[in-house]
Amino acid sequence: MTTITAREEEPPFGAVLLLILCGVAALISLMATAFSQDPLFRLQGWIFTGAFVLATFATTACLTEGYLRPTPERYEDGVIRAGVIATMFWGIVGMLVGVVIASQLSWPNIFYFPQAGWLNFGRLRPLHTSGVIFAFGGNALIATSFWVVQRTCRARLAGGVAPWFVFWGYQFFIVLAAVGYLAGVTQSREYAEPEWLTDLWLTIVWVVYLLVFLGTLWKRKEPHIYVANWFYLAFIVTIALLHLVNNAAMPVSLLNHRSYSAFSGVQDALVQWWYGHNAVGFFLTAGFLAMMYYFVPKRVGRPVYSYRLSIVHFWALIFIYIWAGPHHLHYTALPQWAQTLGMTFSIMLWMPSWGGMINGLMTLSGAWDKLRTDAVVRMMVVSLAFYGMSTFEGPVMSIREVNALSHYTDWTIGHVHSGALGWVGFISFGAIYCMVPWLWKKKDLWSNRLVEWHFWIATTGILLYIAAMWVSGIMEGLMWREYTPQGFLANSFVETVSAKHVENVIRTVGGLMYLSGAVIMAYNLWRTIRMPSATQVEAEAAAPALALAAE
Amino acid sequence: MWKHHAKLERNSLVLLIGIVIVVAIGGLVEISPLFYLESTIEKVQGMRPYTPLELAGRDIYIREGCYTCHSQMIRPLRDEQERYGHYSLAAESMYDHPFQWGSKRTGPDLARVGAKYSDDWHRQHLADPRAVVPESVMPPYAFLADRDLDYHDMVQKLEAQRKVGVPYTKDQIAHAVDDLEAQADPFDARGTKMKQRYGDKVAQRDFDGDPERITDMDALIAYLQMLGTLVDFRTYHAEDPANLR
Repeated sequence: MTTITAREEEPPFGAVLLLILCGVAALISLMATAFSQDPLFRLQGWIFTGAFVLATFATTACLTEGYLRPTPERYEDGVIRAGVIATMFWGIVGMLVGVVIASQLSWPNIFYFPQAGWLNFGRLRPLHTSGVIFAFGGNALIATSFWVVQRTCRARLAGGVAPWFVFWGYQFFIVLAAVGYLAGVTQSREYAEPEWLTDLWLTIVWVVYLLVFLGTLWKRKEPHIYVANWFYLAFIVTIALLHLVNNAAMPVSLLNHRSYSAFSGVQDALVQWWYGHNAVGFFLTAGFLAMMYYFVPKRVGRPVYSYRLSIVHFWALIFIYIWAGPHHLHYTALPQWAQTLGMTFSIMLWMPSWGGMINGLMTLSGAWDKLRTDAVVRMMVVSLAFYGMSTFEGPVMSIREVNALSHYTDWTIGHVHSGALGWVGFISFGAIYCMVPWLWKKKDLWSNRLVEWHFWIATTGILLYIAAMWVSGIMEGLMWREYTPQGFLANSFVETVSAKHVENVIRTVGGLMYLSGAVIMAYNLWRTIRMPSATQVEAEAAAPALALAAE
Repeated sequence: MWKHHAKLERNSLVLLIGIVIVVAIGGLVEISPLFYLESTIEKVQGMRPYTPLELAGRDIYIREGCYTCHSQMIRPLRDEQERYGHYSLAAESMYDHPFQWGSKRTGPDLARVGAKYSDDWHRQHLADPRAVVPESVMPPYAFLADRDLDYHDMVQKLEAQRKVGVPYTKDQIAHAVDDLEAQADPFDARGTKMKQRYGDKVAQRDFDGDPERITDMDALIAYLQMLGTLVDFRTYHAEDPANLR
């Protein structure tokens, strides 16, 4: 008995180590900030210092209050609850920025401020893309992966405080990147804009994330690793690989925010789009397929449609995706054989993509009635439909001749958003709608009617958005190449810009609707969390009976 | 066959290694040849590293996120060549760390925008795009003209560029600050040396029209005005045997 209490009172080693590291890091950050002559580096330095000081205080407080003690007999759900809240928060922020930049393109006279450079489109667009991909999507992936790996392995997350380090470290990465974008710290690599210092920080967080995930797999009490975890593992490992190669750069100095890419010109372009396309393939596809493989079967109460299909499509998907990058560089100075390879594999990619969609959709066989009765199931099914649609559209757009028209136009933007809003957004919303009652021990969501509202507003918003972008993209592509009968170019560039005004406005409205859906969801979740918990309700229901019995 | 897959499902490390091998193949096959193929590493007459002022301007171009709306890659399609000029060569971005090909044309391509408009036009257009092009949706950049260019780290920047393979000479690195200041002032005597180091075609002007100081606007316009002007396409022949490898 005494030995047990003694062990309980001993502070957990990981937390103490974290405390020491945070203290040291705060000191180093402060020194670096003080010595740097570069204003943007100093800005980053202050953020680092502030974060580490805050982390030192927070860890100390947790240690003295006796938190952070290992409770190996229970699942680690606190970090997932935090992850769900962060997902919704960043989702709304990222989508709001999207609506703002869409408004800027619709009404430039109203939404630009000549003396506030940090609010210009060029600074806000990376904030929007990173906000929705890495802040919203990343948090959704980390939170769900922590949920799924624990449940399917029947083991608590490995690493003591490490999952909390991953969570807060990732939030810090987001803040660092976001403030950087607004201030002008960017290396201009699309979807990898953060500069070298932020990249290094993310590397540390990501390695810990991988170790937590692997460590949990090693502790598993199930002999087999569940299919969702293959996808999560592929996502984590490949993103690490892509991140390291694509961000290879030479800092101007150790006290300067700026760095220059290790590659140049055509090599740099292919490395970037190898990264860029596989950020789609492994961040926005593999990770969210993992989500699908757990939450769809769980919600509809049916097993995954085909085990063999999942094996085939898993390996085919991760093998083929990597090759598809060069389709972003058709007709450029990239050698044609590379473009052709990229196009060929992009078309082949259609099959494994649809393999995943079929596996997800057919999981509903025998439970199709849930589409009518359960808006959350409908949301996930529609997300799979959007996945199928955009993974068909993608290969079409990767054909050189189609790409000649679609490249550089709004069509690409529409394609991305049918995937991001339809597939990534909806499957995440579905997973969160499932998880929140489980995590906070509630019987159900506060309001299923609000889920219906969310579903219909958001779906209509997506349709408006992508239809507007199809029209404006194909229109501008055709206008750019239009000739007069005399053989002159028919349109000046700016005519193609002004022709898109109506579509830009419709896009803004569509985006606003999608954002409204997310706000409704956040409200619904907040009310769900505040509901009395299931056990509480039972206790209260039982109380009168007890009172009666006492009489 | 399906039984064998169970081995991967039972051992996370085997699964991990399997994933790494499978995802590594495509990238290796596509990317590594680019580092030794003639067509992607050839040099073309006229290419030179950026002058310090142009490089500073390029950093501003990147800082402001111009690449989110402007491409710098002209495809060999008839309409693009008539609209923007000769298609872009691989060699033209050989000193671009990182590349600025872009992916979206919310605004026009800028690969050959250099010397097409006057400095004055650029100045007005950047400060208030809709004053010059009423239908434009471009953000205003008036603040660039009010900000002194921060070039305290110019020597380090050139050194870093050299480390990643841009052939700046020791002379160019040592005189980075001189060359930068000289290029923004048409009457600066150090301009002669600057032109010896970077070539006679380098423009030495007061790009932002404010002779009192060197601003972000100076640097950005200096960069925009040299884009696509290095290779002389009157003497460049794509069908030349040397270019048909």
